[in-house]
Amino acid sequence: MTGVAGTTSGAAERFWGVARAVAWRSTHNFVTNPALFLPAMIFPLFFFGAFAGGLSGIDSSPGFDYPNGYTAFEFGFVLIQASAFGGVFTGFGIARDFESGFGRRLMLAAPNRLGILGGYAIAGLTRALMVDALLFALALLVGMNLSSNAAELLALLGLALVVNIGIAMWAAGIALRFRSIQAGPLMQTPVFLILFLTPVYVPQDLLASWVEKVSAVNPISPIVESSRNLIAGSFDGLLLAFLCGGGLILLFGIWAVSGMRRAEAAGG
Amino acid sequence: MSAQLDSIYEVARRSFLRAIRQPAAFVPAIVFPLFLVAVNSAGLDAATDLPGFPTDSYVTFALAIPFIQGGTFALLNTGTDVSTDVETGFMNRLAMTPLGGPSLLAGMLGGAMAIAVIQTVFYIAIGFVVGADFAAGIGGIPLLFLLSLTISFAFSCIGTFTALRLGNSEAMQSMFPVFFVFLFFSSMAMPRDLIVQDWFRTVATINPLSYLIEGIRSFYVTGIDGEALALAFGISALLIAVFLSLAAASLRTTLVRT
Repeated sequence: MTGVAGTTSGAAERFWGVARAVAWRSTHNFVTNPALFLPAMIFPLFFFGAFAGGLSGIDSSPGFDYPNGYTAFEFGFVLIQASAFGGVFTGFGIARDFESGFGRRLMLAAPNRLGILGGYAIAGLTRALMVDALLFALALLVGMNLSSNAAELLALLGLALVVNIGIAMWAAGIALRFRSIQAGPLMQTPVFLILFLTPVYVPQDLLASWVEKVSAVNPISPIVESSRNLIAGSFDGLLLAFLCGGGLILLFGIWAVSGMRRAEAAGG
Repeated sequence: MSAQLDSIYEVARRSFLRAIRQPAAFVPAIVFPLFLVAVNSAGLDAATDLPGFPTDSYVTFALAIPFIQGGTFALLNTGTDVSTDVETGFMNRLAMTPLGGPSLLAGMLGGAMAIAVIQTVFYIAIGFVVGADFAAGIGGIPLLFLLSLTISFAFSCIGTFTALRLGNSEAMQSMFPVFFVFLFFSSMAMPRDLIVQDWFRTVATINPLSYLIEGIRSFYVTGIDGEALALAFGISALLIAVFLSLAAASLRTTLVRT
């Protein structure tokens, strides 16, 4: 019994040892390289400006009944989008590391290879936290109407981070299979697609035609809608949102781990 | 001269083959822009009821998007290939050959243009398949083709310059959402005179992408429009002149540095 516990504890130690080192390296690279840092920080702000500013007339259309105004309505989407793209950018880093041969050396050196994946995921979370904090600051600066209490804000952040991990695992699965940065469009294009098939501009009830049908079964839609509810001070739909987010992590976690096995089989 | 042309051809051939052998890069460049048209058309079809909206078919109005979005993919893919060449040391090896910087640039951009030809043919064909209006008539197709390729060339020059400056393929991929968002700050979704917010209309008016979109859109909505086309070709030519010069200067630095 002690032996089993000792083995488990040793495996966990090896996992966290590798994860910590990979996370530190990726975060350090991100923070110290303006070419990586600036686009990740700037693009959510641009999207927020474009959606909340350019389409703000929509809040006066019949049936639009979101109580906190269009800026808050779009903030809910942009926060989730920014977190999702934090995950995609994590995949870019993995692809580049494996393309340059660094991934192969990493696999040779790591006593627990899943720790490599864990490390990239932690780095992705760190990035997402930075971007989300900046986005929050900007939204409050432009006068976004926020009705959340501390628990709701925490839940909102939790949702954003769950999406970040899920999408990071998706991108990692692609990166580990192709092991080339040329697979970048394959990482980010489906994420754009699934995000734009949620109620981006108007609530679900106001969507029309085929987009409404696709949006109704899109697992990201409950997450976007719940994030908007949390901003408006309501926990409505939160359980479903976390279930969808958890499903994404589970599904894409398996995808990423099998990608790691492929990379191992290919020799990195 | 013949040897120089052979070199350009070989670099262009390599660039083209590398792109089409990576479906993960090539296929999204064709499919994703059409998806954006489909989503915008479904979500914003009611906009055609607005007084002053130039057509009663939103698909017709939105068909300009893939041409421009295809250009942003040309920017991304060319940039990624160039930055990978810098990272892997391929540029270093080329620097030791008689191939000059201008020939190298011509070759790299030649590959991107071959992809742009495929994209343009596809987008024009899709327009006819979905039954969109084409106000310029059959005679307008060659001119639309030329404008589309000019725009793609301009974007590829921007991608090449950015890649040579960054020299980092990961950073290049990360730039895509930044370039992509400029589409949302343009007249992509609405004609500029129907944009309600003053500041947004001002940004869309300053944004050169608006004029590129309006140039392409004129073929579908109004017919051959001299002013719209002059602006679209003029802005594309300006972008090419500026970014090709900057790319050539950056390439000199890259080759010297290596």
